[in-house]
Amino acid sequence: MSILKVTELSKRFGGLAALSRLSFELGQGEILGLIGPNGAGKTTVFNCLSGFHTPDAGEMVFSGKSLLGMQPYQVCQAGLARTFQIVKPFLTITVLDNVMVGALIRETSIKKARDESMEIIQWAGLGHMADKDAEGLPLPLRKRLEMARALATHPKVLLLDEVMAGLNPTEVSEIIELIKEINGKGISILLIEHVMQGIMALSERVLVINYGSRIAEGTPAEVVKDKKVIEAYLGKEFLNAQS
Amino acid sequence: MTRLTILLAVVLSILLLVPLFLEKYVLGIFIMIFFYAYLGQSWNILTGYTGHISLGHALYVGVGAYTSTYLAQNYGLSPWIGMLVGGVFAVIIALFLGYLGFRFGLRGVYFVILTIAFAEITRLIVSHVEALGSFSGIFLDFNPSFWNFQFRGNVPYYYIALGFMVFSIIVVRILEGSRAGRFMVAIREDEEAAQALGVNAFKYNMIAIALSAFMTSLAGTFYANYIFYLHPDTLFGMALSIELILRPIIGGLGTILGPVLGSFILTPLSEISRAYFTKGGFEGLHLILYGIIAVLVVLFMPKGIIYYVKRWLNPVLRLDNRTYVYSEKGSEAEAES
Amino acid sequence: MDSTLALQLLIQGILLGGLYGLIALGLSLIFGVMGVINFAHGQMMVIGMYISYWIFALLGVEPYLSLVIVSAAIFVLGYVIQSSVVNRILDYPEAMQVLPLVAIGIILENTALLLWGPDHRSPHTAFSLDTIWLGEAMIDVSRLIAFSMAIIITFAIFIFLRKSNMGKCIRAAADNRMAATLVGINVSRINNFSFGLGAATTGAAGALLLPLMPLSPNLGHDFTLTAFIVVILGGMGNLVGALVGGLILGVAESMSTLFLPSTLKQVVSFGILIVIMLFRPQGLLGGKK
Repeated sequence: MSILKVTELSKRFGGLAALSRLSFELGQGEILGLIGPNGAGKTTVFNCLSGFHTPDAGEMVFSGKSLLGMQPYQVCQAGLARTFQIVKPFLTITVLDNVMVGALIRETSIKKARDESMEIIQWAGLGHMADKDAEGLPLPLRKRLEMARALATHPKVLLLDEVMAGLNPTEVSEIIELIKEINGKGISILLIEHVMQGIMALSERVLVINYGSRIAEGTPAEVVKDKKVIEAYLGKEFLNAQS
Repeated sequence: MTRLTILLAVVLSILLLVPLFLEKYVLGIFIMIFFYAYLGQSWNILTGYTGHISLGHALYVGVGAYTSTYLAQNYGLSPWIGMLVGGVFAVIIALFLGYLGFRFGLRGVYFVILTIAFAEITRLIVSHVEALGSFSGIFLDFNPSFWNFQFRGNVPYYYIALGFMVFSIIVVRILEGSRAGRFMVAIREDEEAAQALGVNAFKYNMIAIALSAFMTSLAGTFYANYIFYLHPDTLFGMALSIELILRPIIGGLGTILGPVLGSFILTPLSEISRAYFTKGGFEGLHLILYGIIAVLVVLFMPKGIIYYVKRWLNPVLRLDNRTYVYSEKGSEAEAES
Repeated sequence: MDSTLALQLLIQGILLGGLYGLIALGLSLIFGVMGVINFAHGQMMVIGMYISYWIFALLGVEPYLSLVIVSAAIFVLGYVIQSSVVNRILDYPEAMQVLPLVAIGIILENTALLLWGPDHRSPHTAFSLDTIWLGEAMIDVSRLIAFSMAIIITFAIFIFLRKSNMGKCIRAAADNRMAATLVGINVSRINNFSFGLGAATTGAAGALLLPLMPLSPNLGHDFTLTAFIVVILGGMGNLVGALVGGLILGVAESMSTLFLPSTLKQVVSFGILIVIMLFRPQGLLGGKK
């Protein structure tokens, strides 16, 4: 049962084909890893899904509804939330106020939104920073804030864009646990990552794209051995040297 | 009851009693303080909270002033009602401007210039309309009565202006703690991130500009019936637009009391230095002073004077040290600290 | 419609447009390099006008000759403003960038008012009353000279930016501030120089404008707005666009007097501005946003 189905998605920027007839499905409750070399088109997928870019062709169906033509805020309200690769905290307000923005999409009572936000903040390990301005947060905590904020919107699908970039191994492990807990609540996750530890630990399946198209799909173990994947990351010569 | 609320109540009580002790000229200065605090606060709703900078807010002052005056002079309509009609016109114009700006994605400087363009176009057009006084402007007759929004002496104007100012503070206070206000702040901080969180940025931008324009235009009617002379260059001109943004920026943009503080500091300075310097024949010196203060404040106190005042008063008042001013959880913060 | 009148207006519009282009060139350069909108641009020009006025009134030197001194003076003014104020606000949010430059504009305008009073001054420089005939159209000589010199200066600046070392550094810094720092360019100094250069061009335009219109302290504001319109029309940071935009605006304003009172011609300019901002915000020739 797939909650998100992308069919023949294409997007050009001027002369460059960022996405070229890409198709994939995200199963209900699944964690799907999305990897590929830099410039492969991964963030473009997120931008199309979340309404920031309009695809040139193709279809995106979320819980039976088409996402085509939806504005970003409508996509979120429909239940698909995303984080940004370069985090975008609301700097001059507190962590709590940041998360409340997300919570208030679902809850019109300020008090209830605040209580709920505090719960999420505690869960994310940011409880001690609730009253600090987001400006004062170091990067790893900003990444958690970004996730917490998106979670406050009660998404059914969460798009995580390189949440582990720039984190040390301990921080990576902590984030992996958090993501597992999110998934445990029934939220399906599409995960863009370069940090392989994260992909291997979390993904049930992995989709590899390059130049905007799929080049491989399967379990993490399968994908890592796939010839085309090795070639994409390390080049033809390495591949030839291997065999 | 937080300590800050008590302090404000005390200040308000003092202000209510002031007219009993001061003479007309000084009352006049207070009226200007309240007037510009109100204008600055109304502007603050758009620029301080959603972050879209308007350098053409005089447009709404002019719309309010000319509408209520025209209706009063030609139809005998009470300016109190004319004021609301002016407000409606202001909202319509603001929604039009907002539509052009927000739908077409005009941000930053482009939006600023759009606001300037609207104000200037209106100024030029009104300067050519006979019915609105054209180049000579409109003189208002003095027929004091409550119905006419005109009074003898400064005392009634003082209380009305004070009422306006308090009203604007309450509006901003309610806005800031509200769901809509929080969305506006999110838009200001990062519109894309806000949209990704489900905030309909267009809708809240429009609400902000409409509310801001409505409130600003009410002050136009006050102005008309206090000054008794309207001229398009004064009422729609850049000078007024600049004048009304100086106080909130210096006082503290995006805060509840910043524009008020800014007006209490800058207005007396302006009035007194203008009187002093013009008498000595130094025309324009007070504006130079103004400009220098503005530059210095932006360079050395970019968060506005209120930020430093709060820090300084913190030990006494036990406020949170944030520019996103105290929320209802004031008591929780006290418990934690 | 009187075709002679139309032709005359067209030519006058082109001539004035060249001058607009020069003024806007400075604004575009400043924006291109620093991303800052100089809200005091017109007021700097007015200071230039006053300087050239006093050089003429006291020393009898024609504005066309004192141009160099005026440019140098306004260059210094711009340099000082940039290094003392603008450099510090480069990374501030937009609202906080707008105010200091607006304030500087106020300071400059009122300094002129304070020093030289509000009265209009119309110096009788050479050629200021002369006209020549181009076919059936009557052309002001002073306008023609202003246009020619504006074009010459504009091209001189183009060449300077293309060929000279400093020019290349400026273009580099405009293109990518971070990368310019990495290759060893002292971006701070480039900023100062660029602002100075932008200011100098507008000062020069002031000297050229002196014979054409009565001088008073509050001219600046309108010219700042005109410069904005031209820059947006041509493309922010696009220097050729500044010239093209200037010519277009000059012609549009001039021709509009065929069917509108001249006091309303700014409405036409603002109308053009709004249309461009809505439908082609990057400007006719494209520029940075």
